[in-house]
Amino acid sequence: MTGLSILLGYILLFVVCFGVVRAITARRKINDHNSLMTVTFGYESAVVPNRAASVLSVLVIFLIWGMFTNSSLVPISVPGPFVGNAEFTYTAKNAAGETDDAKVVVLVHEPDAENTDAPEIEPGDGFAKSDGYAMQIWRSKLLKVQTNDEGGKDDSYQVIAVNGQPIAPDQEVATDFGAVSMTSKGTLNVKPKEGLLMQPLYLPSPEAVVGRLGDLMAEGYKNIGLFEHIGYSLYRVILGMILGSLVGIPLGYAMGLSGWARGWFDPIVEFMRPVPPLALIPLVIIWFGIGETGKIVLLFLAALWIMAIAARAGVAGVNISKIRAAYSLGASKAQIMRHVIVPNSLPEIFTGARVAMGVCWGTVVAAELVAANEGVGMMIMGASKFSQTDIVIVGIILIGIIGFGIDVLMRVAENKLVPWKGRA
Amino acid sequence: MSLEIDNVSMRFDLPGGVSVQALKDVSLNLKSGELLSVLGPSGCGKTTLLNILAGFLAPTSGEIRLNGHRVTGPDAERGMVFQQGALFEWMNVRENVGFGPRMKGAPAKETAELVDHLLDTVGLGDFKDKSTYELSGGMQQRVALARCLANDPDVILMDEPLGALDALTREKMQGLVLKLWKETGKTVILITHSVEEALLLGERLLVMAPRPGRIHKEYQLPFAERGVNADLRQVKKDKNFSETRDEILSMIWEMEEEIMGRAEQSA
Ligand SMILES: Nc1ncnc2c1ncn2[C@@H]1O[C@H](COP(=O)(O)OP(=O)(O)O)[C@@H](O)[C@H]1O
Ligand SMILES: [Mg+2]
Repeated sequence: MTGLSILLGYILLFVVCFGVVRAITARRKINDHNSLMTVTFGYESAVVPNRAASVLSVLVIFLIWGMFTNSSLVPISVPGPFVGNAEFTYTAKNAAGETDDAKVVVLVHEPDAENTDAPEIEPGDGFAKSDGYAMQIWRSKLLKVQTNDEGGKDDSYQVIAVNGQPIAPDQEVATDFGAVSMTSKGTLNVKPKEGLLMQPLYLPSPEAVVGRLGDLMAEGYKNIGLFEHIGYSLYRVILGMILGSLVGIPLGYAMGLSGWARGWFDPIVEFMRPVPPLALIPLVIIWFGIGETGKIVLLFLAALWIMAIAARAGVAGVNISKIRAAYSLGASKAQIMRHVIVPNSLPEIFTGARVAMGVCWGTVVAAELVAANEGVGMMIMGASKFSQTDIVIVGIILIGIIGFGIDVLMRVAENKLVPWKGRA
Repeated sequence: MSLEIDNVSMRFDLPGGVSVQALKDVSLNLKSGELLSVLGPSGCGKTTLLNILAGFLAPTSGEIRLNGHRVTGPDAERGMVFQQGALFEWMNVRENVGFGPRMKGAPAKETAELVDHLLDTVGLGDFKDKSTYELSGGMQQRVALARCLANDPDVILMDEPLGALDALTREKMQGLVLKLWKETGKTVILITHSVEEALLLGERLLVMAPRPGRIHKEYQLPFAERGVNADLRQVKKDKNFSETRDEILSMIWEMEEEIMGRAEQSA
């Protein structure tokens, strides 16, 4: 139910935002090139991202997140679960065939409520006695209402109605607070309304996540600081990348420059390329154990093939005219290597490095999920074992932000170091 | 400087037993400071000839001799200007032009002066520190010319150097090529597929014929010499110019027709 309503709410907000922004901007007349085009469908250049849409998209995510987690940051909220005293009467029939009514009061409380005691109820007249119970929200509770009834232990004693409506095993009676059903063995089961709110176990509210982030920054996780966890993951990625590049780039150059090297390494590289690094984790653990070495080896392998292929492509992609021009200008082989082939391959290598960084980041998190004593991946895996969903979400957000940050940095470096990329 | 093309033939053996006779018995002598333009329908072996001269290809028979010694590979004594894409994007204009001297280990100061001077000569005085990819196609070819001259080669080989430029830029660059030729006194071989360009930029003009690639006809022309001092458009108005142009055009036209005819027969 909750999942479906989130989906529907999201679609609704998408449409509403689109309509509202459309209506607002329709009045403004813009005369730029795109808006003057009479045909835009299928023109790639005419599709510029609508920044308002991006902002609204993020806002909508937080709005829905807040709405479904009863966040105090969001003014509206979807209906929550039933809280308070759930009351109903049941009708019992004893061995003698007589019937009697009794009242049931169930205190449905939040997990951290102060008063969690079952309410005291007057037993009342007749053989069926009234009962008081207590339970947490989002649960259901089996009620042995007959245990305090006179003759309730008799085999033929049974509850036949709830709130005056007849009930039999495997049937259910709707009530104002939710429903009361009967199990196949004849026990009553109260099911208070769950509402549409997400349980914190499944999705904590934004402020809970932010609060947890603050705690983690202050106290760390499992005696290791948050930034230390991040540092461990980044250190593995960077070391793996450096080692992978140190071997991969020369390997790629060799493959680009020598037919023998190309022939020799082609089968290896082409075979290893489609093997996802994650598939190597078990073997790496068998070979190197779950320690640091194994992770570095794994990231080294993840980066190696990508860098080798990028370097190979960089060499193979050199315009023959450039090489010939260099020879005609009197350059030696070594000079051509240093001044033409290497710089010419840099754009390709940068593209490869960006891809490799992304792959390594994903791989390190996965490797830490499998086995590690520190690192962001270990943090979310450890938290998940104890159902600390807020930590898991903090971790996921951090992983996303860091991955994105790495890519941005790589792009900045690319613009600085190989400004001619794509323009030659 | 003397350049001898001695009975050069080139045959490419293609997979499947087919072979292409790209050049057959081409012989030619060039004197110092000559400006030779080479014209012909596409596929007649112009680029192949130039690549052999540059030392990028070894002829299947015959040889090239420069100043009496045999050409066996590329060398700074034979400079090359390509149609496009041969500049180094990772170097700025200055570094591109100074590439040859730097590779030779020439003193930095002398190189810098030479580069300055050459860039002024080709009209790029204001663009010395720009990146090559920021320049227009015409300016890039100016850089390529200056880079070639910086090495002070004996022969300059140009393979359709102005082929990728628009008509107006091309006209300007033709003037520049003439100017550089006259000022430096270099021996220049220029390949083109434009008849007008061949007439303007050749004291000597070779018309080549295809299958097998060979020299079909040779002209001695006065237009290059005239163009050094006069407006090129004025030169083109000469009656002699248009007559020669028409003659060569119909010659090439016939060759093309013949190629088409042969293609149809074999099809
Ligand atoms: N590397 C090569 N391998 C096979 N055939 C070639 C090669 N280079 C040129 N040719 C052939 O030689 C002939 C002459 O080519 P080319 O010199 O490029 O002609 P042009 O420059 O006059 O257009 C063409 O038929 C071409 O297909
Ligand atoms: Mg050609």
